[in-house]
Amino acid sequence: MIVARQKPIEEIVEMTQAFHKLLVVGCKGCVTVCNVGGAKEVAILASALRISGKRNGREVVVGEHTLERQCDPEYVDELKDILEDYEAVVSIACGVGPQFIAERYPAVRVFPGVNTQFMGGAEEHGIWSERCAGCGTCVVHYFGGVCPIARCSKSLLNGPCGGSNNGKCEISNDVDCIWDIIVTRMMEQGRLKELIEFKPPKSWATARDGGPRRMIREELVE
Amino acid sequence: MTDFKPQIIAFYCSNCASSAATIAEGMKKSLPENIRTVHVPCSGRIETLHLLKPFEEGVDGVYVAGCQEDSCQYISGISKAARRVEQVKKILESIGIEPERIDVFNLSAGKGDAFVDTALEMTEKLRALGPMNPA
Repeated sequence: MIVARQKPIEEIVEMTQAFHKLLVVGCKGCVTVCNVGGAKEVAILASALRISGKRNGREVVVGEHTLERQCDPEYVDELKDILEDYEAVVSIACGVGPQFIAERYPAVRVFPGVNTQFMGGAEEHGIWSERCAGCGTCVVHYFGGVCPIARCSKSLLNGPCGGSNNGKCEISNDVDCIWDIIVTRMMEQGRLKELIEFKPPKSWATARDGGPRRMIREELVE
Repeated sequence: MTDFKPQIIAFYCSNCASSAATIAEGMKKSLPENIRTVHVPCSGRIETLHLLKPFEEGVDGVYVAGCQEDSCQYISGISKAARRVEQVKKILESIGIEPERIDVFNLSAGKGDAFVDTALEMTEKLRALGPMNPA
């Protein structure tokens, strides 16, 4: 899932203070799963904005709406009639959401209510960690099912650096050295030798380095 | 300011705080009239939004009265409530509102005195802070 973190509410209040009719829009996708942008969080943020307005003697109308997904135009279309009653939108989807809303409704001011962090998963309830860097050419099978691009601080593909210390990364004792985990796992699988087999350099043409990416699947395009 | 009677919403756990209320009643002690109570089956059921809504409606303070940490019959109800109160404190602080306007108290079924004292303590604290919203 795409993992996000709520922006500080004071920042959202400051961004939107010129507007008196705000619509907080959530998303039932990834941000609902990571408890930052679903219907529940829409209600909490909207309530906080109303409380803030009241406290500061400002008349603020804050509406609430949660879309199935903000990254699909057919769901963003749902806002068409609702938006007529509002001056601005606070989207609490990942960074894709506010952009899709702004593209679909160019006259409307759209503000991001969350800071998108990474692609990852839940280690346990309330703790998420990064797993994928979206490089466009997955190589986890070479490394015991672990991605050194996303999980090594230096994205090293050829083994640990000198900063690996007792299984921890030099940047922090809270961060595992992923190469320690890769080597251990390859040993457990009896595949350690594969790590020293020659592989051509990874192509980064499919990664973000090649500029903004677009994917077309002819069989789906109408 | 001395005439200011803070309006307070108190969430009470039915398993301990409500029994404490019955004891207090037997002791001829009652809650001040500025406190309105909401009884819940377990304080763990109180969501963050439940704690924010009263502020939205203009009350001056909110508190949760639940069990002792080791005596919640649903195991972690009061700990969950305490974490949510903490979250609301942070939200209030982030929008320039005194976090002391919300609190959580651990009561037990036999503490009739504490039941009333908690209400008085909260009332005094909010009286010192003044009204939540401008007149």
